[in-house]
Amino acid sequence: MEAIGLTLIDWVIILIYFGFVLGIGIYLRKFTTSEEDFFLAGRKNSSWVAGLAFLSANLGALELMGMTGNTFKYGMFVAHFYWIGAIPAMLFLGIYMMPFYYSSKIKSIPGYLKVRFDEKTRVLNAIAFAIMTLLVSGINLYAMALVLHTFLGWNWDVSMWASAITVAIYVGMSGLMSAIFTEIIQFFLIWFGLFLVSILGIVEIGSVHEIIARINEYSAHVSFTTLWSTSADPMKNGMFVHWGGIVLGLGFVLSFGYWTTDFLVVQRAFSAKDLRSARMTPILASFFKMALPFIVILAGLIAIALSNDPKSGFKLIQDGGQVNYDSALPLLIARYYPSGLVGLGVTALLAGFMAGQAGNVSAFNTVWTYDIYKSVLNKNASNKNLLWMGRISTIVGVVISLVTAYWAKSFPSIMDYMQAIFSWVNAPLFATMLLGMFLWWITPNGAFWGLVAGIASSFTMYVGVKFHWINESIITMSNVQSDMAANFWRAWWAWVICAVVTVVVSLFTKRKPKEELVGFVKGLTAEVQETPVPLLKRPEFYAIISLVIFIALNILFW
Amino acid sequence: MSEHKMKSIWFFVGLILMSMGSIIFITGIYQYFFPPAVKTVLADTHPNIWWGLIMAVFGSVMFIKTKNHTV
Repeated sequence: MEAIGLTLIDWVIILIYFGFVLGIGIYLRKFTTSEEDFFLAGRKNSSWVAGLAFLSANLGALELMGMTGNTFKYGMFVAHFYWIGAIPAMLFLGIYMMPFYYSSKIKSIPGYLKVRFDEKTRVLNAIAFAIMTLLVSGINLYAMALVLHTFLGWNWDVSMWASAITVAIYVGMSGLMSAIFTEIIQFFLIWFGLFLVSILGIVEIGSVHEIIARINEYSAHVSFTTLWSTSADPMKNGMFVHWGGIVLGLGFVLSFGYWTTDFLVVQRAFSAKDLRSARMTPILASFFKMALPFIVILAGLIAIALSNDPKSGFKLIQDGGQVNYDSALPLLIARYYPSGLVGLGVTALLAGFMAGQAGNVSAFNTVWTYDIYKSVLNKNASNKNLLWMGRISTIVGVVISLVTAYWAKSFPSIMDYMQAIFSWVNAPLFATMLLGMFLWWITPNGAFWGLVAGIASSFTMYVGVKFHWINESIITMSNVQSDMAANFWRAWWAWVICAVVTVVVSLFTKRKPKEELVGFVKGLTAEVQETPVPLLKRPEFYAIISLVIFIALNILFW
Repeated sequence: MSEHKMKSIWFFVGLILMSMGSIIFITGIYQYFFPPAVKTVLADTHPNIWWGLIMAVFGSVMFIKTKNHTV
């Protein structure tokens, strides 16, 4: 990647952002006096604050450069990540799962596993989650350093350390609170900084119809501009995936696994001030999630249309003979943005990485402190000691992320790596959570061995395919496949294996008495009676609107 | 939680958007009168003027409405 070249004004914009982030960290420190302030942001956020933070915690490195680049590679099928791969799960979380999570006042997902099952299930999940978080955190750090390195021309090591130190300082000072503040600022910067790319792209090409027409002109056999109509035959869509893989793997397992059990995002909803706000958190976020393709997918399609036109002069960068798909968004910024706006665009990218990184580090410090340190290492830790451990683990987490960032740098495809990690940890966990919440007779041993089998089988499938021990077509049930299709199907199988083992082991092992499960299993728990509110304030009302828009978008781009 | 009241997040969002938007808008005005040597595609539409203005107005409204709010 070439350096875009920044003017003094661009630098001023970037410095304002970093000044704000550190300033807010310092400002919030005096309000962070207890461990609940640090880990749950005092539990006083409105549904808007929690909702935007919920969404922004997910707006990391991949959402911006990665997904735009993936659209260039796979076409409009990438929009499935935002629609079927997110919305049903977010609404399910808000309507069905949040009352359990919030009412039990748990501080983490492993915390729920302890009260529902037992200590060993909790610790297994906490360790798997902590490892996953640090691996993902390393990717964010790597991506952020990549921007500093390639756009601003900074030395690679300096870029990596500068990114790491900034994150360590502001998360270390006030934990989840500063992470949430930064995430919300980042949400607005991303919209203001990147949506203009789509607007100017449409202005240049003429209309959205013209963009689609230009792409179709150059790809007669494989469609890059449809969502479902070419999904019955994997040969006909850019992702080489069957709709079964999208619905079962992405729409069900990966999506529900991520949005309903990944502590990184769910923790934001826990910070809400009351149950109604907590339920509204993912529902409000779903509207903004549905809108994101108008930044990332549209930009990717604009990049395809421009690169098909030799007169446009637009061409993705080649690194060592290979197309660098991630360069699509930065190149569009360079194409359209005059000085000042370039600074804003780069800041939006950096803010995305910072927030993603901060989210991972704050989730790591919580799970480490509560579910490993307090649960296993120091059971009598005082609140003051936990707050201290939270700060220390933030710094340690960032240092380990630095190591994983150097490791991530050595991988050819970050996206492949990310989805593989999710399929190892989140896919089986979702089976455990779902069975545990809805079936009282699932036993602690069933949950534990199911989780072990799910994680181990998913990892084995990944390694087996990677080293050609297993033929990939057995997993994807298709003669053609892409990395993405393999990720979707592997997640599905890991979920099935975890669910089957959990059920079978539960049939033969000791159940917990029903009275111990009150509050943690649907059917044994008295429904929480929320204060009656008018229709316009009810989460269900907004969930239905969100669902209608979701269906309409899928039909519109069928 | 501390006894002190904390500024709302919307105050900070307003402040940063207002600051950045104003700088981008002023840069756009300057470049209107003194165009840079290297022109971007669609430079004639002066995106930094109108986008900077939209951003600054949005941020100012947010800033003014929340400057006395505490949580």
